[in-house]
Amino acid sequence: MATSDSHERRRMALYGWMLLAPALIMLTTFAFLPTVSALWRSFFSRETSRNPSEFIGLENYEYLFQDPVFWQVATNNLIYAGVTIPVSIVIALGMALWANSKMQGRTFLRIAYFTPTMLPMIAAANLWLFFYTPDIGLIDSITALFGAEPVNWLGQPETALWAVIVVTIWKEAGFYMIFYLAALQTIPPDLREAAIIEGASRWTYLRRILLPLLMPTTLFVMINAMINSVKLIDHLFILTKGGPNNASKLLLYWIWETAFSYFDRPMAAALTVLVLAVLGLVAILQFRGLEGRIHYR
Amino acid sequence: MNRQLTGLLGASVLAAGLAAPAAAEDIELTMYYPIAVGGPLTEVVDGMIAGFEEENPDISVNAIYAGNYDDTRVRAISALESGEPAQLSVMFSIDVYELLEQDLIVPFDDLVETEEEKEWLDSFYPALMSNGTVDDKVWGVPFQRSTIVLYYNKDMFEEAGLDPEDPPETWDEMVEAGKALRGEDRWGVMVPSTGYPYWMFQAFAIQNGIELMNENGTEVYFDSPEAIEALAYWRDLSAEHDVMPDGTVEWGTLRQAFLEGQTGMMWHTTGNLTAVRNEAEFDFGVAMLPANERQGSPTGGGNFYVFKNSTEEEQRASMELIKYMTAPERAAEWSIETGYVGISPAAYETEALQDYVDDFPQALVARDQLEVAVAELSTYETGRVREALNNAVQSVLTGSAEPEEALSQAQSKAERLLRAYR
Amino acid sequence: MSVGTASATQNALRRSLSGFFEEDGGLETIAAWLLAIVWISPLVFAAWASFHTASDALSFDLTAPLTLVNYIEAWFDAPWLRYFFNTMALVTLILLGQFFFCTLAGYAFARFEFRGREVLFILVLMQLFILPEVLIVENYVIVSNLGLFDSILGIGVPYMASAFGIFLLRQAFKQVPKELEEAARIEGCGWMGILWRVYMPVAKPTYLAYAMVSIATHWNNFLWPLVVTNSSDTRPLTVGLSLFAAPESGVSIVVISAATLMSIAPLLIAFLLFQRQFMQAFLRAGIR
Repeated sequence: MATSDSHERRRMALYGWMLLAPALIMLTTFAFLPTVSALWRSFFSRETSRNPSEFIGLENYEYLFQDPVFWQVATNNLIYAGVTIPVSIVIALGMALWANSKMQGRTFLRIAYFTPTMLPMIAAANLWLFFYTPDIGLIDSITALFGAEPVNWLGQPETALWAVIVVTIWKEAGFYMIFYLAALQTIPPDLREAAIIEGASRWTYLRRILLPLLMPTTLFVMINAMINSVKLIDHLFILTKGGPNNASKLLLYWIWETAFSYFDRPMAAALTVLVLAVLGLVAILQFRGLEGRIHYR
Repeated sequence: MNRQLTGLLGASVLAAGLAAPAAAEDIELTMYYPIAVGGPLTEVVDGMIAGFEEENPDISVNAIYAGNYDDTRVRAISALESGEPAQLSVMFSIDVYELLEQDLIVPFDDLVETEEEKEWLDSFYPALMSNGTVDDKVWGVPFQRSTIVLYYNKDMFEEAGLDPEDPPETWDEMVEAGKALRGEDRWGVMVPSTGYPYWMFQAFAIQNGIELMNENGTEVYFDSPEAIEALAYWRDLSAEHDVMPDGTVEWGTLRQAFLEGQTGMMWHTTGNLTAVRNEAEFDFGVAMLPANERQGSPTGGGNFYVFKNSTEEEQRASMELIKYMTAPERAAEWSIETGYVGISPAAYETEALQDYVDDFPQALVARDQLEVAVAELSTYETGRVREALNNAVQSVLTGSAEPEEALSQAQSKAERLLRAYR
Repeated sequence: MSVGTASATQNALRRSLSGFFEEDGGLETIAAWLLAIVWISPLVFAAWASFHTASDALSFDLTAPLTLVNYIEAWFDAPWLRYFFNTMALVTLILLGQFFFCTLAGYAFARFEFRGREVLFILVLMQLFILPEVLIVENYVIVSNLGLFDSILGIGVPYMASAFGIFLLRQAFKQVPKELEEAARIEGCGWMGILWRVYMPVAKPTYLAYAMVSIATHWNNFLWPLVVTNSSDTRPLTVGLSLFAAPESGVSIVVISAATLMSIAPLLIAFLLFQRQFMQAFLRAGIR
């Protein structure tokens, strides 16, 4: 009995491994291996016809840390994350509350809020180009009615990053809304009744009861938004190309530029490693600190 | 092998049509070309290729239209790296150092065989050869080449009390004309500062009497007093004289802005000439750029390159194709269709181009300017050096830095990049 | 929490919440509507502009006549049909690959006991944070070495073994009652038979949700396809659109609008027809 049991168990294990193997091979080839090779490559110098690639240890990292552009791009990305995450979460919550209420035409509201999620970032950028173009763009045409000077939204360092941020928020808020919508629909109605009996105002109800109950959703959305603040850079290709003077350059765009425009793969690899390290921190945040509190659907 | 594997997998999984492998005897060339797919110019190039294939039935040419110059460089190099076929390409004339660095191209000196071919190599305007010549060897042969010219709206000139046949010839005159042209929603002059800001800046610098780099591409002079003064002049067009909008002027939409009458004058590549001619609803003139210390413009545009990673037969076939495409008749046709400079004096002797310029003398300005033209900024590490200069220019134009400070920064960045090459 | 239980209380909930949230009358409704109008205005405006000539669109003349010239110009200026086909082939290929790899792996994690399973599962989950987008440089080298550069398979292959897909299907498979499996075994099914006859049918809603999200995601994906495609034979819509709309091409903004709308139309129409299902799908499987 015991032998057939262990025999059976071994067979199961073998079967399990066989089923896993294809996915593991793929994940290894396109996720784990590249991670290791990025690290490895980042220790070498760029290969050119007159200078062969050689091991230079941490020099690429040193170079980056001395490069003011690196600090500017990193700061840009922090601002990008620091603004897009909270703003889109707040807007998403508002949208969800409205779309969940019994308002006139809430189906339309929901569709209107969610539609940007379905568009490619490139298309979104094209749509917004219309708004931002100086003089002839929609924003300037509207502000001109009030006598304002035309503003070169994408062409000035003061506004370029913000113009990019607005597009990201526009694209993402509706997506986060649906998570709040789902969460709101599971909150029992007696809570609200109890709140009314206690004489709580709407604001108090929102702050004291709804928000704490929505906390797991908020954390979940936040993790997603953090990842997106690294990932969502496609619109830069259309709107600003990271300019002017690097004012709107973000890390992933810079990685692309370093690797495919300047052909400096080792430097791009060093940047990749740094970004992966940050994402690793986010992962630890999720796995450790917030374990059990986030609903991971 | 790789390609076949791809094809097989692709075909079996999704029946996606991939190019079938070439037949055995015929030579198949793949040429990367820097124009957007499907645009009107692809038809012109397709037409030339068809003509070539007719004359050379054993060679077939597959042109890949890859977008702008940067896209094309990335695409062509990617193809070479991953073993996709690519025998020749038209790329930015200033990509030469990058291509040399990566050891990707062969010099034309090694490709020319007959006397006739040597003559062919000498037949182009010298100004157009300088970017492609490194260490006394010719690596790039001109094809779609340009200079910067001044486009101006003659109707507006008249309206503003200026002589439409006498465009500004000096920096001061340009400011004066700009002031006269300035109106409530009309600017005097626009010089584009996105896309290729270094190129426009180079024009100002040349006019102020300084060339920005040495011949070997190992030194730059961004922080010279003349360069600083040139950038200050550019900035002052808006900051002091208010004849140009604040901030950056978009390269891509400038033509549209000029056509819509938002500005009386613009600086732009001659490559836009035909498009402006076709679309302008007013009378416009073209002039050489104004002078300060001297007249001048950098050359611009794309050269033919032949890739090392190809067989001798393919290189021969590439030579045939390049000779065909650069022959006076095609050069004339290309110039007429686009506005780019006819690349050889012989092109201007063709009947087609002579008839054309009789009717449209503006087309001669870019050629005449070749006399005073200088090679476009090109160095080792060219991408990053250019980027450093672009950033300096943009930061000054947007008012976030002073010319001296910005250009010194660009200079020290470039020094750091170029140290390894001296 | 689950979406299913929500529907039971939904009506009561709506009733109670609604009164509560409209206390200050129509003001909030107006705000909600304003936000909605702002939110779709880029799309509406681009749609409006795409049917007008450049000068009419830029002067915001609402009475200007409609025209199709922009669509005609856009259509003939780039091989859109080819791009459409490439995108369709791409999303189909990725979806099939994801179903294959994630089903097998999800099944293994849900139903098989073996040493190292937990560690492996954590390892797989780690991939959620190793974004394929960040690895473009290395994956470009790998895909080139595999000879998959500039092929549709090359664009799709890094996304096929999706950690999130594995996670989702594992969850779905875990819900399957053991009795169903026993019954199938008595009928003589092997392990693969059980997967095919029992597990996969039960997980159908998960597959559907995952499919909708996967299609939407990869229809819209840009950076990686930009890196690995070289020719219009493989280029998907997004990359084609970005080339078409590149500022230096000098294409008029109304033509760009027309091209943009053309390229988003299929997905947008699908969404408008099945918006409820799409939102549900994104809710269930929307991380990626």
